[in-house]
Amino acid sequence: MGIEIENISKHFGDFSALGNVSLTVPSGELVALLGPSGCGKTTLLRIIAGLETADSGRILFNGEDTTRSHVRERKVGFVFQHYALFRHMTVFDNVAFGLTVRPKSTRPSREEIRKKVTELLHLVQLENMANRYPSQLSGGQRQRIALARALAVEPQVLLLDEPFGALDAQVRAELRRWLRKLHDEIHVTSVFVTHDQEEALEVADRIVVMNRGKVEQVGTPDQVYEHPASPFVLNFLGNVNLFHGRISQGQAHLGGLQVDSKGYAGADDTPAVGYVRSHDIEIERDRQDDSSIKAVVRTILKLGPFVRISLAIEGNSEFIEAELTRDTYKHLNLQQGEQVYVRPRRVRVFVEDFQI
Amino acid sequence: MSAPLTTAVRQKNHAPTEPQVVRWLLIGIALIFLTLFLALPLAAVFSQAFEKGFSVYLAALREPDTMSSIKLTLITAAVCVPLNLFFGVTAAWAIAKFSFPGKNLLITLIDLPFSVSPVISGLIYVLIFGLQGWIGPWLQAHDIRIVFAVPGIILATIFVTFPFVARELIPLMEAQGKEEEEAALVLGATGLQTFFRVTLPNVKWGIIYGVILCNARAMGEFGAVSVVSGHIRGMTNTVPLHVEILYNEYNYTAAFAVASLLAFLALITLMVKSIAEWKVRQQLNNT
Repeated sequence: MGIEIENISKHFGDFSALGNVSLTVPSGELVALLGPSGCGKTTLLRIIAGLETADSGRILFNGEDTTRSHVRERKVGFVFQHYALFRHMTVFDNVAFGLTVRPKSTRPSREEIRKKVTELLHLVQLENMANRYPSQLSGGQRQRIALARALAVEPQVLLLDEPFGALDAQVRAELRRWLRKLHDEIHVTSVFVTHDQEEALEVADRIVVMNRGKVEQVGTPDQVYEHPASPFVLNFLGNVNLFHGRISQGQAHLGGLQVDSKGYAGADDTPAVGYVRSHDIEIERDRQDDSSIKAVVRTILKLGPFVRISLAIEGNSEFIEAELTRDTYKHLNLQQGEQVYVRPRRVRVFVEDFQI
Repeated sequence: MSAPLTTAVRQKNHAPTEPQVVRWLLIGIALIFLTLFLALPLAAVFSQAFEKGFSVYLAALREPDTMSSIKLTLITAAVCVPLNLFFGVTAAWAIAKFSFPGKNLLITLIDLPFSVSPVISGLIYVLIFGLQGWIGPWLQAHDIRIVFAVPGIILATIFVTFPFVARELIPLMEAQGKEEEEAALVLGATGLQTFFRVTLPNVKWGIIYGVILCNARAMGEFGAVSVVSGHIRGMTNTVPLHVEILYNEYNYTAAFAVASLLAFLALITLMVKSIAEWKVRQQLNNT
């Protein structure tokens, strides 16, 4: 059950929430819509569900145009950030709701409904909670019930709006691993919205990075992380340092750095920015060659498995940050105020002047 | 050695005793005030009503004019409360779950009866339907009586009581948001199924709260009804109007006997209201 999104646009007053977005979600995949808040990802999800109507464009489920069909007829499962469980119903009645509202002709018998609900509660590992009310459950349990409720109607598509957003860090990590496992078992085409890059990288088969109502890049987690198509994607997935400079004749001059940039061979004395991920910065005691630059250690922050070091570079007003493993840090034995050399392992140069 | 010890003890006692005095003083003032202005008059109503014994009390209530005023009050409430329930739920649903132009104007209009003196509310109907009013002559020509008749009383009561249900439901529904309704729609429920199985149960106690207040006001309204009623004994007198008439005729026992009915209504209203308030708070917390 694939989804095709064709040229969807949506405005709220003067604000353009989505500008001509096109996207294909292949059947059986788990796709993440990733972006900062206000980038239009939730709006897109709600348009797919039919909870919102697009100003223009089409939504196709398995090649069939569903743009005009009512949310009721789309057979989607929707999981809300704040669960949206029916607070006056027991867990059992919540999960059974989608089946009990069917017209008499297609409604399963009482016994069938009971069987189905028990199965689903088993699937989300909450069999013994059937008679509880939502207010008696923890956040993680509520979200699993919400998922069971969405799956009860055997949706063609499962849509999840920041499903882990309201949970605390540990439950969140646990639940997303569980969601990934569940998806591997049931293979229903799923789209989930998140602003958490780690979540997207961990759970999704494919990531759609969005910004300001546009799709910046679509790809596997590896593709978007290793080959970001734009400075925005690069910046959104992980911590980056910026080196400002100019580019001419296929060579970028960024502060003390010289970087080959064949992609911009035609550029002549154009402003450019080099982006380096924090963990792609090496620190050396002695200068090996001229691809490293002089820096002074400003602060050292120990953050669990790695150590973050701020360094001041001559001629650069902003500090750069390097992330070292604990072992490397111990080996180097760095001290605050010490002079060292930094060597960026991978520099990605983009010409356009992108403000972060 | 003993002197510093006693001061220490005194100081220790000092800190809690002073606020305690203040506390008792405040509670005392509140209690005296309540006794003087609420409990005492309420007790007076019942003692006056039963002064000449239970049989006299019953006889006063059984008097035909009294019976007819009770009947009229019940009819009025029976018409007004369901209408305002319907209107209140509809308006609250529209306001809380949808956005549309003129929403703020609607909210302001709902509050209008609260800000207008009831006498003026009554007068409006006289101005519209009375003989000197806009459509009074036409009504008379067709032999339809609104003012100084039951329809006028019902109209005035509807006007005065229509904010109660809506006012109670709007904040409750707004706080609950519309995600549950959306969830129901996605799961395949129709609009009506969503309303009756999701929206309504979530505001059940809010509705009861609004209805009980609406009912109390509908039965107890004096000002607006007084203007449109015409005070025709046995015909257009509601219970509050009848109390006034009996009182003006120095028929104290009967006046207080009828008044005691309204006092009973108030006590029952208060009881149901506090239960409903408690349940509404629960409904809000169970988000």
